[in-house]
Amino acid sequence: MKAAIGIGPDRWAPVEGKGWRLSVSYDDVIRLIRTYAEVVADQKEYLTQLDSAIGDADHGINMNRGMQAVLAKLDGQAPSDIGALFKTIGMTLVSTVGGAGGPLYGTLFLQIGTATAGKDTIEPADWAAALEAAVAGVQARGKAVLEDKTMVDALVPARDEFKAAVDEGASFADALRRAADAAERGMQATIPLVARKGRASYLGERSAGHQDPGATSSWLLMKTVAGTWTGGD
Amino acid sequence: MKKLINRPEDVVREALQGIEQAHADLVRVSFDPNYIVRADAPVQGKTALISGGGSGHEPMHGGFVGAGMLDAACPGEVFTSPTPDQMEAATKAVNGGAGVVHIVKNYTGDVMNFEMAAELCRSEGIEVEAVLVDDDVAVQDSLYTAGRRGVGTTVLLEKIGGAAAEEGRPLKEVADVCREVNANGRTMGMALTSCTVPAAGKPTFELGEDEMEIGIGIHGEPGRERMKLKTASEIVDLMATAVVDDIPFSAGDNVLAFVNGMGGTPLIELYVLYNELARFLKGRNITIARNLIGSYITSLEMAGFSITLLKMSDDFIRLWDAPVKTPGLRWGV
Repeated sequence: MKAAIGIGPDRWAPVEGKGWRLSVSYDDVIRLIRTYAEVVADQKEYLTQLDSAIGDADHGINMNRGMQAVLAKLDGQAPSDIGALFKTIGMTLVSTVGGAGGPLYGTLFLQIGTATAGKDTIEPADWAAALEAAVAGVQARGKAVLEDKTMVDALVPARDEFKAAVDEGASFADALRRAADAAERGMQATIPLVARKGRASYLGERSAGHQDPGATSSWLLMKTVAGTWTGGD
Repeated sequence: MKKLINRPEDVVREALQGIEQAHADLVRVSFDPNYIVRADAPVQGKTALISGGGSGHEPMHGGFVGAGMLDAACPGEVFTSPTPDQMEAATKAVNGGAGVVHIVKNYTGDVMNFEMAAELCRSEGIEVEAVLVDDDVAVQDSLYTAGRRGVGTTVLLEKIGGAAAEEGRPLKEVADVCREVNANGRTMGMALTSCTVPAAGKPTFELGEDEMEIGIGIHGEPGRERMKLKTASEIVDLMATAVVDDIPFSAGDNVLAFVNGMGGTPLIELYVLYNELARFLKGRNITIARNLIGSYITSLEMAGFSITLLKMSDDFIRLWDAPVKTPGLRWGV
């Protein structure tokens, strides 16, 4: 199943000596969003397939509709600051995704937007604060904690690993990669879990043995962040 | 996939256009954001009721917009919750100054989207009371699940709550009537076949020719148990027992008995099932005070049905009998 993911670590492996950024620009954020929209479109069937095992078979369809709407919005958008950009993305997702993914991903991006309000660049400390706010917002909205078998299982480890890496003095790029790896481990760890939130919880024990689709789309986001912001292009 | 549609992505919008043309005397339809309001909205001084949810359950909710029932309905994509901007716009369109009740079926997406909408509306000074419907006995209510799903009782709640609002009761009282309906209603559903979400293009689940799924949700979510097909009599005994034992309903109770088709089951079978349900309830000395038989909360083309029982007080009976004029339910007018 994992082979279906078309963006392995090789695509965003570090290019030593060039392209490591100390900060992220407005254009980097635009590139992140465009790439994430491509990733979601590529993985639409895969996400929906994961969702049909334990949910209602619409996660990939809904996320793709939302990200396509975000792309349309970006095309007609005058450049602003990074915070305003993330807020626009959040509002667009809230009003187009529906389901549980709309409020949750909408809140995630709105909170990142609030944390980066007025900024033209993002430094590691800014991104740490943004992840902190995003995860807090998602948990407040969905009331999920670790091991409920939700996107929180990918996001919390990503947040914690990013902060730990920055505290240890790792480069921004290394910290982003470590965060993406932590999200992947968190996503994989959802497989044996019994769901306690969302439609999957109705299955009880039968939800065990399946990877959570929300944790998967969150891992894809963290992986795309690391890929587009460290790619060394 | 074999469906009478043009393109999967146009189904919801084109169905709304059909509703707009068919029922212009009763409702108005807004597009982007999508919602259906009663033709005379907002009704000044009346508590308004709105509901919403994924499409594919027709006539719920759009078919229940009109005098004596809902003021507005917000349809999402098929089986996907509508979005807060729809609910916010609908709330504003129906608010006659007396506040708005949001009727929310207990699904994670619906709950979160309605919460965001309520926050937006309250920040603009509109009073909103949210009522959660969670009447499905097939799901164990526990801290470890998202709780029971909102199913058949929703239809009865929209009728009874709508009548309470129509006779001038204030926001809090209308919300309390709705909560009382939810507390006294219980439902259990089953499926003979799966259904196909147009955008997905293939059946949500597989069910053998001689199998049935007991405790199914209205989106094809698995239920309690998959078993070999039984007779109508045996199936009703199984399901009605689960419903009756839940609150529990006891000898001497008056109930509204609602036999609901899932979309692909003919009325003749629903009457066979109602006949069995009447026998079952008689055996328990439970009196059917009112009934409703037909396909009112559906799951696309799924074959199957649900049984909803609602304990009826005198107030509920009066409110149920009150006039209603919507595309989906109409009497007394």
